[in-house]
Amino acid sequence: MANTAALNGINGLRDIRRSPASHLTAALEAGSIEGTVVLQEGPFQTMAGIRVDPRSEEGARVAAVAGGLPARCGEVGGADGVSVLWLGPSEFLVVAPEEAHDSLGGNLIGSLTAALGGAPGQVVDLSANRTTFELSGARARAVLEKGCSLDLHPRSFPPGTALNTEVGNIPVVLEKTGEESFRLFPRASFADFLGRWLLDAMREYASPEVP
Amino acid sequence: MLLISCPNCGSRDETEFHYGGQAHVPYPENPNELDDRQWAEFLFYRDNTKGAFAERWLHSTGCRQWFNMLRDTVTYEIQAVYPMGAARPDKAAPAPESGTASTAPDSTTTGTAAPDISGTSTAPATPAAGTIAPEGATK
Ligand SMILES: [Zn+2]
Repeated sequence: MANTAALNGINGLRDIRRSPASHLTAALEAGSIEGTVVLQEGPFQTMAGIRVDPRSEEGARVAAVAGGLPARCGEVGGADGVSVLWLGPSEFLVVAPEEAHDSLGGNLIGSLTAALGGAPGQVVDLSANRTTFELSGARARAVLEKGCSLDLHPRSFPPGTALNTEVGNIPVVLEKTGEESFRLFPRASFADFLGRWLLDAMREYASPEVP
Repeated sequence: MLLISCPNCGSRDETEFHYGGQAHVPYPENPNELDDRQWAEFLFYRDNTKGAFAERWLHSTGCRQWFNMLRDTVTYEIQAVYPMGAARPDKAAPAPESGTASTAPDSTTTGTAAPDISGTSTAPATPAAGTIAPEGATK
């Protein structure tokens, strides 16, 4: 349950907040190959974990606030810059811009909590649980395919879908945001590992292709 | 590497799953009436089936849901995936392809494929009854 009232005092601390892969910023920049494959850590996001039966009345209330809950594996719900990723039949991850957080003037967590009310389920503020890597470029899929056994071909993994799976042997939520762009959501403690793993996987594309 | 078909997510690598042991082991109806041996048997004693085996799996990296699976412990063939709480499916459907299958002397065949769902039975379940012998089914 998000005790958002108590977070109001953190605004002064916002400036010293460090993202989990911030120490890799220079390395990610150096390892990116413009026009081929580019990796960067995304901005802070407001994230909320929801557990609710989507077929129930409270599920409908939560869906109305979140902009729609995805119905099955792979689907992404939400609207107006808010993505709702399917994690399980009754488990969802809401990803929204940082300003949506209640401590920064938004009301996402509070309104989700209010929508659930006293009904069975939970709304948990997970904004610090995961970080975001943004991987894009013509070779982005090839990089991911080195460590993900799912079929990432556009015919089975089109833009606007997301899967909860493994990349580089660690659990990651993998979202396809465009034809050649992906967002990866590793837990914070895996950020360093995944960042370095992706850099290693990208390295070959910096050299001319061997025929 | 097994390719396991999660009922929610479709085919995924075995590394995304956790094994949950034998399925259909009922919690004793009256735990207080068990003696130590019966309680230990409920807790620790499981079948060591050669052949079709009903077991529980958790898709831990994906949808985090439990399900049951009927798997051949010799060939690793996955014969059925079914929900928690459902009865063990009749596995007569996939007939053994091998012509040498039925002559094995150590076949555990008993003729009854009923799952152990009696509720009060705490003895180690009788080897959950293969009606097809697993012998020779290797490919
Ligand atoms: Zn699953």
